[in-house]
Amino acid sequence: MKPRRLGSWLLIVFGVLYFFVPLLGTFEFSLRLLRGVYSVAAYRIVLADPRFAATVTYSTVLALATIAVGVLLVLPTAYWIQLRLPRLRPVVEFITLLPLVIPAIVLVFGYLRIYNSSSALPLTGSARTTDLLLMFSYVTLALPYMYRAVDNGLRAIDVRTLTEAAQSLGAGWSTILLRVILPNVRVAVLSGAFLTFAIVIGEFTMASLLDRPAFGPYLQLIGANRAYEPAALSIISFSITWACMGFIQVFGRGASGQVAGAH
Amino acid sequence: MAQETSPAIAPFPTAPPWVGRVSWAWLGVVPFFAFALMFLILPTGLLVVGGFQDAGGHFTLRNLLDLFQPTILSSYLISIKVSAASAIGGALVGFALAYAAIGGGLPSWVRPTLMTFSGVASNFAGVPLAFAFLATLGRTGLATALLIKLFGFNIYSVGFNLLSFAGLTLTYMYFQIPLMVLIMAPAIDGLRREWREASASLGASTWEYWRYIALPVLWPPLLGATLLLFANAFGAVATAYALTGSSLNIVTIVLYAQIRGDVLHNQNLGYALALGMILITGLSNAAYIWLRGRGERWLR
Repeated sequence: MKPRRLGSWLLIVFGVLYFFVPLLGTFEFSLRLLRGVYSVAAYRIVLADPRFAATVTYSTVLALATIAVGVLLVLPTAYWIQLRLPRLRPVVEFITLLPLVIPAIVLVFGYLRIYNSSSALPLTGSARTTDLLLMFSYVTLALPYMYRAVDNGLRAIDVRTLTEAAQSLGAGWSTILLRVILPNVRVAVLSGAFLTFAIVIGEFTMASLLDRPAFGPYLQLIGANRAYEPAALSIISFSITWACMGFIQVFGRGASGQVAGAH
Repeated sequence: MAQETSPAIAPFPTAPPWVGRVSWAWLGVVPFFAFALMFLILPTGLLVVGGFQDAGGHFTLRNLLDLFQPTILSSYLISIKVSAASAIGGALVGFALAYAAIGGGLPSWVRPTLMTFSGVASNFAGVPLAFAFLATLGRTGLATALLIKLFGFNIYSVGFNLLSFAGLTLTYMYFQIPLMVLIMAPAIDGLRREWREASASLGASTWEYWRYIALPVLWPPLLGATLLLFANAFGAVATAYALTGSSLNIVTIVLYAQIRGDVLHNQNLGYALALGMILITGLSNAAYIWLRGRGERWLR
């Protein structure tokens, strides 16, 4: 089967080119700020910009909060469905897939309508509560991935036996969840967490429409006004995505963790 | 079962709940359903209702009919064209790549490497992706410059423009191809080696194997995955916005402008615009779920 293998190699080479040429192009472009020589001047400018540090910090804090709230929401629910309410599983699974069906821009449009400053629950009324709304938007965006990851983890362990063993030793529900179940699905939760981080850190649409100073809108702003700095920012942001996926691979070794939530 | 936990840390009745007479088990999923109601169902539902109302809150079909005015209709059509082209292109290339890595007789390290890179690339979307393509295929980009230098071939002189239908499609394919690889890998795994051997021993050619065995088994997941890619591209905003600004009139960009500043001068027409998007992505996802159910019969 010589020709078949040759064809396969050609395809892989094509894939490698499609994947790497834009990255190489971006990297090369990011070094071109000074005329005639390659330099890291663009990176220096970007890193020295106080808005860079401010927006990255903002998005990082938001991503961590999203992960915490996402796990708090998803883990007890998925656990409870598995243990006590298996009949609700299709309903819950359907709901967790909705954020893949309803485009993010439509969701945020709905939030702006329902939580505007003259509504019953005026979340967009102040900066702090808008941050809260943005965090919940991100929990929603990450829901399909987080739920899939945690549910896969829970299916791989014997939830009922663990629960009954813990109960017979006198554990309450919070002890069971935090000290028995969570450590057993640590790998799954971590892979969901890193995927969430990768989604949130550069998100543009929701942050921009809710008018919060996140990294995504900052990227867009620099892109509209500068030439070489956006390329440097792209490389930085790609490294963050890469690091998140790398962590999933490292922590997920041996587990049946899947990289993307889409199945 | 004499152990009692302290009531302070037990949110539920402390006796083992499956012993109790009245089931309070549903209480455990209240937070999740409350969240879903507040951040998924009500916001979307309210937009849908708004699409059927006039400014005074009365029922009307006017907004839906107004969607058929030329500018809005053309924005839907461009969105559908870009999404369909990038979905079909991404599906073909992605499937070929996944098949090459899994069933193409390559060394065993190729597959996990491809899956890892696909995981990264399918998440590398949005604003940075737009920058990457501008730096590569823009007028002064690396690939553009190299093509001129090596072959004297200027893609911009033959009508290529990154800020156009072709450019946007090519850019979207950067995350569509890897997504297809990730979705199709399990389905390709389900193709048993014995099927191929059995067909070969009965004298079937490669073409006949694909025509009568592999494709009939694979077409539901293939078509389903293509529909998922379509919905994925259809809802994308950031890549297109960062790449073309507002020069390419796709529906998400129109909606973005509408949310920012009511460019349609009619709030309810904006809701109808969102309703149209939900209908399109909803239909393609429903078809995906249906096809996935069909595909799972063979691929276990």
